[in-house]
Amino acid sequence: MIRIENISKSFGDKVILSNISGEFKRGMTNMIIGASGTGKSVLLKCMVGLFEPDEGYVYYNDRDFTHADRSKRIVIRREIGMLFQGGALFDSINVEENVKFPLDQLSDMPEDEKLDRINIVLERVDLAGVNKKMPSELSGGMKKRVGIARAIVNNSKYLFCDEPNSGLDPITSIRIDNLIQEITEEYNITTIVVSHDMNSVMEIGEYVMFMYEGRKIWEGSKNNIMEAVEEELNDFIFANKMMQIVKEKSSL
Amino acid sequence: MKSIGKYFIFLGITFSNPGSFSTYFKLFINECVHIGLSSIVIVSIVSAFIGAVTTIQTAYNLVSPLIPRYVIAQVVRDMTILELAPSITAIVFAGKVGSNIASELGTMRITEQIDALEVMGINSASYLVLPKIIATFFMYPLLVILAAFLSIFGGYWAGIVSGVITPQEYIYGIQFELIEFTVTFAMIKSFVFAFLISSISSFKGYYTVGGALEVGKASTSAVTNSVIAVLIADYLLAQLLLNLN
Ligand SMILES: Nc1ncnc2c1ncn2[C@@H]1O[C@H](COP(=O)(O)OP(=O)(O)OP(=O)(O)O)[C@@H](O)[C@H]1O
Ligand SMILES: [Mg+2]
Repeated sequence: MIRIENISKSFGDKVILSNISGEFKRGMTNMIIGASGTGKSVLLKCMVGLFEPDEGYVYYNDRDFTHADRSKRIVIRREIGMLFQGGALFDSINVEENVKFPLDQLSDMPEDEKLDRINIVLERVDLAGVNKKMPSELSGGMKKRVGIARAIVNNSKYLFCDEPNSGLDPITSIRIDNLIQEITEEYNITTIVVSHDMNSVMEIGEYVMFMYEGRKIWEGSKNNIMEAVEEELNDFIFANKMMQIVKEKSSL
Repeated sequence: MKSIGKYFIFLGITFSNPGSFSTYFKLFINECVHIGLSSIVIVSIVSAFIGAVTTIQTAYNLVSPLIPRYVIAQVVRDMTILELAPSITAIVFAGKVGSNIASELGTMRITEQIDALEVMGINSASYLVLPKIIATFFMYPLLVILAAFLSIFGGYWAGIVSGVITPQEYIYGIQFELIEFTVTFAMIKSFVFAFLISSISSFKGYYTVGGALEVGKASTSAVTNSVIAVLIADYLLAQLLLNLN
């Protein structure tokens, strides 16, 4: 479980996040959604410590991360896996070495056990056999899947995904979404997915936090998001032509 | 001014909390190979020509029949060892290796590879930059030694081909009144320049903000800034040398 309390963050005098609280449960796919530029990525980066929030707390299973010293943070960070918006694979090494990287850095597993583990996770993301390919030889969707494999290889307890399906076609997007959800349930981890894709929300959003201009406007799940009354959220949901048509049809 | 402060903070982070020795050793070896291979050809070509040109121009300037011709070789030796080898190599090196370092780190920054390292709890500055600085520290002086040899050889070749000096005179000249301190001093310069080029280029690349365009800018400014820093350091060191004598 991850809990955030009153997170605020400004860059210069530009307020990016104000007073955001929320709880992300274990074994569930939690989503943070909102329009471009509302501060979703900044919030995610505050949670993993790539940015320091100006105010507020982040707790990992009741362990205060924000005010922890370097060594305590490292303990928590070793339990974190993160999938970045563009995959962020190390482009000078091949797929296998990419996935192996966290194991080399953070565990003292023997070499053959590492290889087994790599093959297990690559298999899990449907990429068995691409071990020796370089990141530049992969398609966007494959990069994302290698990114997921790298994020979970170290038995992470917390998985962060920044826009896992941006730039992917609808079918591949759904595959990635489902993969994330399955992994979350299978390993019983706490997953947070940042997205602005309503499709993903309806697919996997067991907990959904909607952000608007740095504030939390609404929280709930895919089951009750259509009934939300907040204007900003409705504008967001029905910005999509498809959704508008669905709405018109259903109100007939 | 602000960026100079940031540069020193960056150096502080780079040299603190490094990871395990074995990881770094492997990275260090990779960097050595990479840095050496990527610059050896261009440094060789440039230094051989510089030696050749220096010989011919010195011959051209020494018109007095009172000055023995072996002095040409002596001048070539002192100029290349003391000044041309370290600083011309620096400029070539900044253009080749410095820009490489900056664009590599810049790309890693904008594609969030640096963030990925940080999330794993790795001190990315030290993981990525320290091996580069130390590898440069080892490789650069070797390149300077090579450059000095090749300049002197280039001078020999040009002198013989153009007929301004005989082989005997040249060999005699390059051994004449050799002050060993010039070699030591060239090495001191090399270490200083190596550090400046690798750390400034890393700094520029590491803090790239934006996209592909900014990576290009970071790489260009890595070259200009390190060349300026090298020239300033060169001047200060020359002053120091004068005061020591
Ligand atoms: N390092 C930074 N320095 C200054 N401002 C920043 C920085 N990072 C992000 N911002 C600003 O914070 C705001 C929120 O950015 P953020 O990347 O969190 O948006 P987002 O919600 O993730 O959008 P998207 O869906 O496009 O990824 C933007 O206005 C951005 O300009
Ligand atoms: Mg974002």
